[in-house]
Order: sequence, then C-alpha cells, then structure tokens
Amino acid sequence: MAKEREKVLVVIQLSGGNDYLNCVVPYENGHYKDARPNLKITDDRVIPLDDGLGLNPGMGPVKDLYDRGKVAIMHGIGYPEPNRSHFRSMDIWHTAEPTKVGDKGWLGQAVKELDPTGENVVTAVNFSNGLPRALAAPGVPVASVGDLNNYGLLTGIEGQQQREKALSTFNRIYSPAIGSGAVMDYLGKTGQDALRGAEILSTAPGKYRSNVEYPDNPFASSLKGVAQVHMADLGTRVFYTQYGSFDTHADEVKTQERLWHHISDSLAAFYQDLEEAGRSDEVMVLMFSEFGRRVKDNGTGTDHGSGGVSFLIGDQVKGGHYNEYPEIETSALVEGDLRYNNDFRGLYTDILEDWLSVEAKPIVQGTYEKNRPFVGSTN
Amino acid sequence: MVTKPAATETQLMSHLLRRAGFGGTREEIDRFTDAGYEATVDHLLSPPSVESMPQDIIRRYHVDQSDLRIQPATGSNWIYRMVTTDAPLLEKITLFWHRVFATGQTKLIQGKVIMTQLEMFRKLGLGNYRDLLLGLSKDPAMLMWLDNQDNHNGAINENYGREILELFSMGVGNYTEEDIYECSRAFTGWTIANEPYNAQKMRNNTARPYGYIGWQFKYDDSDHDHGDKTFLGETGDFNGEEIVDIICKQPATARFIARHLYHHFVADELPVPQWPHLPPRDPEAIEIMADAYFNSDYNIGEVLRTTFNSDFFKAEATRNARIKSPVEVVVGSLRLSGGYDWPTDDVYDANASCGFMGQGLLAPPSVEGWQGGEDWVSTGSMMQRVNYASKVLGDTSRPGVRKILDSLKPTAGEGDAAALVDASLDNLGYLELGDETRQEIVDFAAAQLAEAENLSGAARTAAIEQTIISVLQLAVATREFQLA
Repeated sequence: MAKEREKVLVVIQLSGGNDYLNCVVPYENGHYKDARPNLKITDDRVIPLDDGLGLNPGMGPVKDLYDRGKVAIMHGIGYPEPNRSHFRSMDIWHTAEPTKVGDKGWLGQAVKELDPTGENVVTAVNFSNGLPRALAAPGVPVASVGDLNNYGLLTGIEGQQQREKALSTFNRIYSPAIGSGAVMDYLGKTGQDALRGAEILSTAPGKYRSNVEYPDNPFASSLKGVAQVHMADLGTRVFYTQYGSFDTHADEVKTQERLWHHISDSLAAFYQDLEEAGRSDEVMVLMFSEFGRRVKDNGTGTDHGSGGVSFLIGDQVKGGHYNEYPEIETSALVEGDLRYNNDFRGLYTDILEDWLSVEAKPIVQGTYEKNRPFVGSTN
Repeated sequence: MVTKPAATETQLMSHLLRRAGFGGTREEIDRFTDAGYEATVDHLLSPPSVESMPQDIIRRYHVDQSDLRIQPATGSNWIYRMVTTDAPLLEKITLFWHRVFATGQTKLIQGKVIMTQLEMFRKLGLGNYRDLLLGLSKDPAMLMWLDNQDNHNGAINENYGREILELFSMGVGNYTEEDIYECSRAFTGWTIANEPYNAQKMRNNTARPYGYIGWQFKYDDSDHDHGDKTFLGETGDFNGEEIVDIICKQPATARFIARHLYHHFVADELPVPQWPHLPPRDPEAIEIMADAYFNSDYNIGEVLRTTFNSDFFKAEATRNARIKSPVEVVVGSLRLSGGYDWPTDDVYDANASCGFMGQGLLAPPSVEGWQGGEDWVSTGSMMQRVNYASKVLGDTSRPGVRKILDSLKPTAGEGDAAALVDASLDNLGYLELGDETRQEIVDFAAAQLAEAENLSGAARTAAIEQTIISVLQLAVATREFQLA
C-alpha cells in the first residue's frame, strides 16, 4: 500500500531583488525596449514562452518545466506602499507585515501549526547559517544547516573518535535529570533537541540513493541537501534556501543570467531527482524576491524598484500565467516602478491553506485574493 | 534543599565582571579581587582609562569600517571595541541602551548614523537619564527610525511620541492615547537637516550621488505646534524638553528603567510585553533601584552602583542564573581566548555569529529590541553558541588559549583528570560547573589521558594536548557556560 505522504514546501529566496523585466521578459513591448536601451533582452536571446513574454536566457530548464505545465508565474506581485530597502522589504515578505515591523515569520507560524509541540525538531530545515526571519516563531525548532555533510555539534573538536566521545559527554551533561531549575531544564532540552536534530539530519546523506548528477554551482548543494533530507523521510515539511545576489545595479545582463543558470540547472536536477524517486508530486517550490527593479535602466544595471514576479513549481501546480503583467509605459508607473497588482499575502494564503493546510488568516492577518494555482485549490 | 556555601570573593568578582562586562580572565579576576569588590565597582563605573584598538589602525586594515555603510562593517567595528576595551561596562551599558532604544540599520540603510547614536550612549548612558532621553529625542538616527521627520504641526505622526512613552520610559498602562497625541505634538519640528533629500536617499537605498553623509538634528520652529498641550496632567506650551522633564519625574519611569536594568544586569525578567500585567520577579529590588534613580537625580550610574553593591545582586540565586546574550557568548569567548591585538578578519566571523545566534548588532528584530532570556535559545542558536565558543577556545593559535594550554600541560602530564578539569575551569574565568557536569568532563578527560598513557614521545604529548583542548571545548559547551 502506498503511504500517503505529506506535502512539502521548498522556498528559494532570490536575494537582492530579481529584475522582473529581464526575468519574465515582455520582449515585444515597445515600452520595454525604450526603457532598457542598454540591457534589453533581444528576440534572438530571449527564450519565448507565449503572449509576447519570454524567459531570461539563463532559464532554459524552467522553460522545459513550463512546457510540461509545472510552472505558475505570479505576475505583478508586491504590497502597498513599496519599500525599496532590501532589508525592510525582505522583512515584509518574511513576516507578511508591511505596515509595522513584525518579528514572527510566516513560515515559523505555519510550522507551529504543523507541529504545535515541536515534537519533530526537523519539521523546518533551513539551508544557510542563521535563521531567516520567515522561519522565526516562539517555540519553533528550526535546523539551520550550512553544509549537510559537516553539520553537527562540537564540529571544532578534532578527530572523529574524540568528537564522538565528546558528543556523548555533551548528551549526558545536557540531560534534564541533572538540571536544577526551569532554566537549566530548558537549556538541557534545547541542547538535546539540537543534538537530536543533527543526528537525524546526519543520517540523510547515507540513506540517499540517486543517479542524478547535480550541476557544479554553489546553489546546487542546497537543493541536493533538500532532496537528501526529503527522501530520508524525516518529516520535514518546510525547506528554506536562498541564492543571490540579484542586486544588479551594474553588470546586470551577465550577472542575472549566470544566477538563473545556476538556479535553473539545479532545479532541473532536483526535479529529475524527485521524479525518478516517484516523489515529485509531494513537493512545491516557491521562488520569490524582495522586490523587482527600476523599469528604466541606469546604463549597465537597474536600481531598486517595486512590483515583481514569483514562481510556483511542482506537479500539483496548474501551470501558466496568473494576473496581468503590469503596464510598462511611463504614465502607468509609480515613481518609475511597476505598479503591483497582486498582493503577496494572497499567494501566501494559497500556499498556507491549499498546500500546507494551515489557517492563513492569523498569519497574513487578513483576507487576500487567492490565485488558486494548485490542482486541488479550494474556493 | 541543600544550602550552598556563600560565594568566595573570587566567585563574586567573577560574577561582577560577567554582568558589568563580558567576563574576566583568570588574571583579571585575581587582580580585581585583590583590589576589592566595591573598589572594582567604582573602577568599572568611572574607568581610569578608556582604550580599545585604535580606529585608525582598524580602518587601515578594513576600508569598509571607515565607510560604515553595511552591517558587517558597523557590527564588526563594535565587536572590536567590546573585545579590546579596558572599560567593559561602558560597552555593556551601550549594549543595554541599544537594546532598549533599538535602532536598526535595516531601515536607515547607512550605519554611520547609528554608530553616532551608540557614541552618544557611551557618553550619556551612565549619566543623567534626562540628558540621555533628550539626546535620544534629538538623535538623527532615532528621529528617522521612528519617522519623526513626518511629524508636523497640524499633521501629527505619533510614532516617536508613542514609543518614547511605551518603549523608552514608562511602559503601557501609565498614560492615555491623549497623552501620546499631546506628546507627539510637542515633538513637532524635531527633524533632521536637509530632510527631504536624506529621507529619499534612505527610502531608495541609494548611495548616489555623493555617497552617504551623516545626519544632523534640526529644530524647525516654524513647523512646531506652539499650542497648549495637556500631558500627564500638566498643561502648557510644552516643547520636547518639557515633555522629557515630565516623563523623567514619573514613578512609572523609574520602575520601568529599573526593570530593564534588572533584566539586563541582574536576572532574566519576563518578556517586556508582559510587564504591564505581571509584577517584577523581585519587586523589592525594583523599589531599591527606583529609589536610587530619584535619590541620585536620575543618574543611571548611581542606580547601577546601588545594584552591584546590593544583596540581591550578590545573592547565590542570582549568580550564574541569567542566560547570556549572543554578544556575551561571542565577546566573552574572544576575551577568554586573549582578544585581538591586531586587526583580523576573524572579527567579521564574530559579528556574523552574533547574528546567527539571534542578536545581529544594529539589526534588532523590531522596535522592541530583543526580548532576551529564554528567547535567546533555540535549537539553531544553541548549536551556534556551543560551536562558536568551543571553536574559539579550541583554537591554539589564539594567544589566550595557547597560554592556558601551556599552563595546563604539567598537570595533565601527571594524569590527574580531576586536577586538569579544575585547573581548566579556573583558567576559563573560574567557570563554575554543577557537580554532575564536572564529573562527566572528568570522566571524559580520564579516559583520554589513559589512552595517552599507551603512547610515547611526541604522540603522547600530542594526545595530552588534544585532551586539554577538548576539556576546554567541553567546558564552554556546557549549559553552565550559557549562563552569566
């Protein structure tokens, strides 16, 4: 009997502000050509999709997935009164809180719902050092993995044997039985959870069997780590990865194309990996960036803008375009930027309610129009 | 319940240096113990020397710390100061005010203006609270952080007017919405010079043209609301100065500041949002501190002098009971390992580690700063804390670690594991471990030393050294080391 497997979300954060116009390219649009005299992507280089839109030349494998109906393109995504600071705008995306500075992450709150007691210390796994605010919430354990193959406690202790003995001492000295008081007990439990999480995750590479070759780029190891942990069936529901920097004030054409090559090639390998293991219908990928970039180029790059694009990729997605591409002509712009027409909190609502089966309203704090991008989307 | 013996002078000094600074090395603790407890409190409050690694040397090696634009530059620059200063309480109080008056580079984009704010905390942070609150109200980074440049006569923006009451002085429940409005009116016209240009550059996150420039406070009388205001029961044509005067004389302010100081220096309090609803964990201590506030004409240094010399601070239940903040873990580990005597990129790792553990300097999670206490510790941050401290104290290229290692080799060579562990703990600033924890490490060391005995020559020496290093690493990987 096939086991009903739980749905998993993989987030790819495109850090630095991915240029929407040169990612999903309105290459036939005269206003686009006018605004981008120096770095427009021309007919001969663009990867044509449909409706006069094409993809960045670095996104070939995304086009293949799109042709197979597995890519939803969320146009014109943003929020009211756009903020053009990387950090603030990223915070807004992480906390779903555009008006005041929030401190609880949207995914951290979702994980709290998925595993209220923090029973499974690897319900959420983040592939980077430090915790993205998206995953931060009180009482929510999150494993932050820099490198899955070298992940663990007391990594500074030399010698495998010596370290193993030290870890077993560590386990005993964090034992709640010898604590004295609530604080020591809390530290003990957390230390043992951290040890347990590391032990659980360290089993993943050993269990992993795959013939898929991941490309040799810095992002691929993150997605390979996701595949390894997912296929080890450790109960992880949310994976977080990030890549960049898309902050292309200068030398945009080469930089953005290179980054998209890295991401797309990695995604293709990841998807193939999941398909060969028969696990591709369990996984949904969300790609987002904190903002798009200025419509008019600055010579060799673009400055910070607003209005952007997000992607959902997976077997369970209804592929195609969602919402309109915002108008590009000058009179339609807001301070030189695209006018967003799609609140990201609607997309979060789709994901929370129809993918992770978590009540969205308390997390996004309101009701936003959904995109219904999944095969099983409800009304 | 077993009654613990009273703390020794050494233990008390080690406690004081952990709380009023970032922990002492064995030598520092011995030296100050000889000088005496109260004399050390005086020394910390009025440091005879305020030296740290000179900025011109730092800047020669790290160009970005001249520009101070991005967080790795500003945070690392502050880490240098905390690690190398001979006036640690000045940095601890600066960290305290940064926590209460949390201002973030995330919104202001450039870091230099917040570094200027921190300099103001250094200058005024141990002095009169009225001067500090006035300095804060005129601080360009704070004004922009809380949007007071948008607070105009006839078009009130309440952000600063609210937070000065809620977060910076009295706490919710001690004033009305009307008071917030009147307070905000009094701060109309408090802005920065050349505001439209600087605000636009901030919003658009652009260094062009001309790079980043510092901001200056500007009082624009033509934009100030000169009408009568009624604030906390008093009426008059108040400007910001009078509002600050009225705030400072409130008993609620004294208690709120006392509770914050208690939380930072004495014991982990409840999270701040619960304060209006739940009493302090030690109401008597808060009263003593609040009295010191009024008796000293709002002098924060005097409140701290009273605190450090009080029984509730020295009590057995207070020592080793507060969870260290990430900065305390990082800076404390570095100071134990000998600190920095020359610029090194290691400081960037230290700065990033504070962020990984949840306390990114100049990057508070919100206007409420960091909650602290158990909030510091999650599975992810625990791993970072343990790995960071054990990496630093296991690095024999650091002069302090080398010194400890060399001093412990004779003991270790004799094969007495208990003596080795006890000497290691003394060298880690007289770190106190629970009996069971200590015994586990002794057992670990005994097993390692027994194995070393089967070796000879260089291999034996290496195995003994490795045992010492592992003992140091395990000692700072304990729960006890997570506490101050």
